[in-house]
Amino acid sequence: MIGRSTAERSWLNTIDWYLVGAYLLLLLVGWLSIYASEYDPENVRSIFSWEMRSGKQLVWIGTALLLDVLILFAIPPRTVEALSPLLYGVMLLLLVAVIFLGANTRGSHSWFVLGPVSFQPAELSKITTSLFLAKWMSRYGFRLSRRQDFLLTLAIILLPMLIIVAENETGSALVYLSFLFVLYREGLSGWWLLLLLMIIVVFILTLVYSPYVALWVTMAAAAVCVCAERSNLRRLFTLYLPAGLLLAFYPWLYRSWMAEGPLAFLRPSWLLAGAALAMFIGCLVRAWREKNSFRVFVALALVLGLLITRAVPWVFQNVLQEHQRTRIEVLFGMKEDPSGAGYNVRQSMIAIGSGGFWGKGWLKGTQSSYGFVPEQSTDFIFCTIGEQWGFVGCLLTIALYVFLIGRILILSESSRETFTQIYGYSIAGIIFLHLVVNVGMTIGLMPVIGIPLPFLSYGGSSLWAFSMMIFIFVALIRNEKKYFR
Amino acid sequence: MTGPSRHTKMLAVLGVAALILLGRIFYIQLMDDSYKTDALNNSMVHIPVYPLRGIIYDRNGQILVGNKICYDLLCTPSALEPFDTLALSRALGVGPEVIKEKLAGYTTRSARRKIGYRSVVMFPKLPEETYMRFEEIAWRFPGFSGQARSLRQYPYNACGNLLGYISEVDAAYIKKHPEYKSGDYAGKTGLEFSCERLLRGEKGEKIYYRDSRGRIGASYRDGEADKPAVSGTDITTTIDAPLQHYGQQLMQNKVGSLVAIEPATGEILTAVSSPGIDVDCLADIGAHYQEIVSNPYKPMFNRAVQAAYPPGSVFKLVNALIGLEEGVFTPATKYACHAGYHFGRNNRLGCHNHRSPIDMEEGIMMSCNAYFCYVFKDLIDNPAYGTAEQAYTKWREYVESFGFGSKLGSDFPSELGGFVPAASYYDRYYGRNAWKAHTIISLSIGQGELGCTPLHLANLCATIANRGYYYTPHLIKETEQFPMDEKYRRRHYTLVDTTRFAQIIPGMYRAVNAGYGSGATAWVAAVEGLDICGKTGTAQNPHGDDHSVFICFAPRDKPKIAVAAYLENGGFGATWAAPVASLLVEKYLNGEISSGRKALEKRVLEGNLMDKVKTK
Repeated sequence: MIGRSTAERSWLNTIDWYLVGAYLLLLLVGWLSIYASEYDPENVRSIFSWEMRSGKQLVWIGTALLLDVLILFAIPPRTVEALSPLLYGVMLLLLVAVIFLGANTRGSHSWFVLGPVSFQPAELSKITTSLFLAKWMSRYGFRLSRRQDFLLTLAIILLPMLIIVAENETGSALVYLSFLFVLYREGLSGWWLLLLLMIIVVFILTLVYSPYVALWVTMAAAAVCVCAERSNLRRLFTLYLPAGLLLAFYPWLYRSWMAEGPLAFLRPSWLLAGAALAMFIGCLVRAWREKNSFRVFVALALVLGLLITRAVPWVFQNVLQEHQRTRIEVLFGMKEDPSGAGYNVRQSMIAIGSGGFWGKGWLKGTQSSYGFVPEQSTDFIFCTIGEQWGFVGCLLTIALYVFLIGRILILSESSRETFTQIYGYSIAGIIFLHLVVNVGMTIGLMPVIGIPLPFLSYGGSSLWAFSMMIFIFVALIRNEKKYFR
Repeated sequence: MTGPSRHTKMLAVLGVAALILLGRIFYIQLMDDSYKTDALNNSMVHIPVYPLRGIIYDRNGQILVGNKICYDLLCTPSALEPFDTLALSRALGVGPEVIKEKLAGYTTRSARRKIGYRSVVMFPKLPEETYMRFEEIAWRFPGFSGQARSLRQYPYNACGNLLGYISEVDAAYIKKHPEYKSGDYAGKTGLEFSCERLLRGEKGEKIYYRDSRGRIGASYRDGEADKPAVSGTDITTTIDAPLQHYGQQLMQNKVGSLVAIEPATGEILTAVSSPGIDVDCLADIGAHYQEIVSNPYKPMFNRAVQAAYPPGSVFKLVNALIGLEEGVFTPATKYACHAGYHFGRNNRLGCHNHRSPIDMEEGIMMSCNAYFCYVFKDLIDNPAYGTAEQAYTKWREYVESFGFGSKLGSDFPSELGGFVPAASYYDRYYGRNAWKAHTIISLSIGQGELGCTPLHLANLCATIANRGYYYTPHLIKETEQFPMDEKYRRRHYTLVDTTRFAQIIPGMYRAVNAGYGSGATAWVAAVEGLDICGKTGTAQNPHGDDHSVFICFAPRDKPKIAVAAYLENGGFGATWAAPVASLLVEKYLNGEISSGRKALEKRVLEGNLMDKVKTK
């Protein structure tokens, strides 16, 4: 009797109900929103109707829950861990195979279509990559700072990512950037993250403003880094600040006074290039004299910045596809396209903006019912929440996500197993990136990238993948509690 | 490493990102009102207001084409509520099953997606009284509304072919002219087509709120943002409506064309193409289109400017003028005619029986074929030009200076050019230097390879009436809104000196006024006191009876009108064309037909030549 009651208690206690609760709540919100986004006041069908997406989604939710139970009780987490290299390998093969065997949907070959069921390997490869990464990085004696380990780690992440790019699913590939969080947590220098941020900023600045501005910002950042590292404020104020200001106003100065005169040869771009060269040489000299590797890093970052400003126009024209170019141009207001690429975003912002504080109420949205927002039950599901439940709804939904991701982070941090820890960070990062990119897209902060909002967007493939992702983690934590209590 | 742990930093990043998202959401939902207005914009209806199309007047201010109001009955499927189908069908005068059928078409799944919250035209062009019957009980039919638009109205039965028709633009038209939208009307033929840009005006719009159920509500901002429609520009034509009407009556049941020009200005007073399109058909072209297109006499074909005929004997006048200018003969030169012109071995170009020899004046008066064969032979064999080819080319230059062989440049939307063969044409046909005057002798009497439109002939007549120049014939008068093209103000001189023209006019005068039995060809056209000068023509037609041709102007001094009549298969010029043209002149100058000529008028009005015309 006693043994049985402890078994029952442990069955309940070992599951993290906070996580499961947040997950179930999000499923409910998604299901209601999918119904609302298709709701037609003149042709009312039940939320359970098979003709509505909400009816189909209910089937997906049901099967996902079954899958969850299966993962929790039928599959030992140890097996998953042990199989992770195999799963990763199989998934790589599937990712490659889908390029040749997959159906062509809007120019991307990323879906296997088997009769009525279609399935996207890229969704599942996030999980297998997370698992294998966790397995690899929890290996005894693994050190991220060792070059060999670091490069192999990068390879594990980049391999599926590049194959997905080849499938023309740039959006899904972007999600792999979230593994940077894991690397950061496991000791990757924050400077590398800063460098990545810098590359993005320079790219945008070059595109939206000019290479001059972009290079100026690169140099300013380099100057701040150099001074911050040594806490050398005097140098910042006596040399870099005046020089920076001069270079900032120089193009204007040149245009108004010097362009026509004898000093016309002192072109702003030349002067800036000269300053950059001086800074580069200065950094190298100091690095050599003081045996300071950070200065080398800064000098190389400077060169990288210069290369990027040169390469951006080429990358923009030749690497990106037409629709991606337009989406970026629309995001930065370089191009008005209210009926084309800008249409979705504009309609989505109108729908969210019209929600106000309390929203219009469930099934009372005007923008959604008349089909103003396209893709409303899939990628743009957040519009329905914004319009019908207003700011309160958005706040609660995002809070739910923050709770879910935060809970995963905290559970990972307190876990004693490196495998669980790294897997947890991975999936927290993945969900986080999905959230930021998807919601950011609906409110005009991000370019339109077609990735779903986890647990909310209509679609079985993504729901199954995210459910498995979460419940493998829940199972791992449960397993740990079972043994360590 | 000091400071917060990486774990804490990651939690902080999560929090900051969530705050950024929420901040942006807060801004667009609560701070920035523009998205709410835009949401309204999404739910606003823009209803077009159609402009009144420009009116087309005749030269005296008589309306040729006006507007009358009609109504389109619109249906907004998303706003429909159950209603009494029978009452609606009674009001509109259509069967209830028609209404049900149309509504069923709007409420299919695919149609609902396509139409959405918008309205569709259910019954176009309801007459005003029908619409008023509906309007009285409109409150009983939510989802139905009316929209006024103007329809063309023709108070005067004249100029069907000139005016042309308007019809709703189709997809192909919109593709070519993106400024048009489905539901707009545009001119498709005639003046409606050529003056489309002036006539159409500018569309306006009214903006209304639409509630979440798609029902149209109050006016947006009290109509401040509405755009009124701008009516089209009116157009004044040079047509004399009563004269045109009379001309159409004269030409009824005959195939051909009747063109009258005011020589002093080049303004076209009358341009009849028979059989033509009745104006009643124009107003509702859709219903009559098949009937018009399948008519074997091709009423759409504007013979006045599109049909190229051989000019026949009226062309002798041109050859006379060229001969005088080139000096190959003088008005006093006499030629003999023994039942025609004999050339080569046993060749003869026949002529009717008349006295011989005769001078130029009598040659024109009696329309002697032989006389002009001699003139033409001397023109082509003129030793001043080395070869026949060179002489012919010179002759052709003269002919073209009268406007023959190319478009005159009138403002008819579809004028055709006619044909005067180049020397190379004969080279190709007979071989280089293998042809001579006798080979092409039929050109002397306006036969052979010549093609001219009735407008060309009327223009020739106006040129003679003006003694040597013409203004490009045109249809549209200058008004304040419509400045006339400079080209209609320029005198066009021919290559023949103006003094030569006076020399041929006595012959034309006598052809009409020398009296019965004198040998004059057109004595039937004489009207007392009008001094009509004319020239008959009988164009040989290998396909049937000869065509009857007549050109004339009057009065002899300071002519006010120049007319060309061309009646297919009408026989001698004097049989039909001369009576028709002279009656038109008499009507224009005297206002009525004298009692002595009433019998002639009756014969013309009742005459029917349709059976003689072969249709394929």
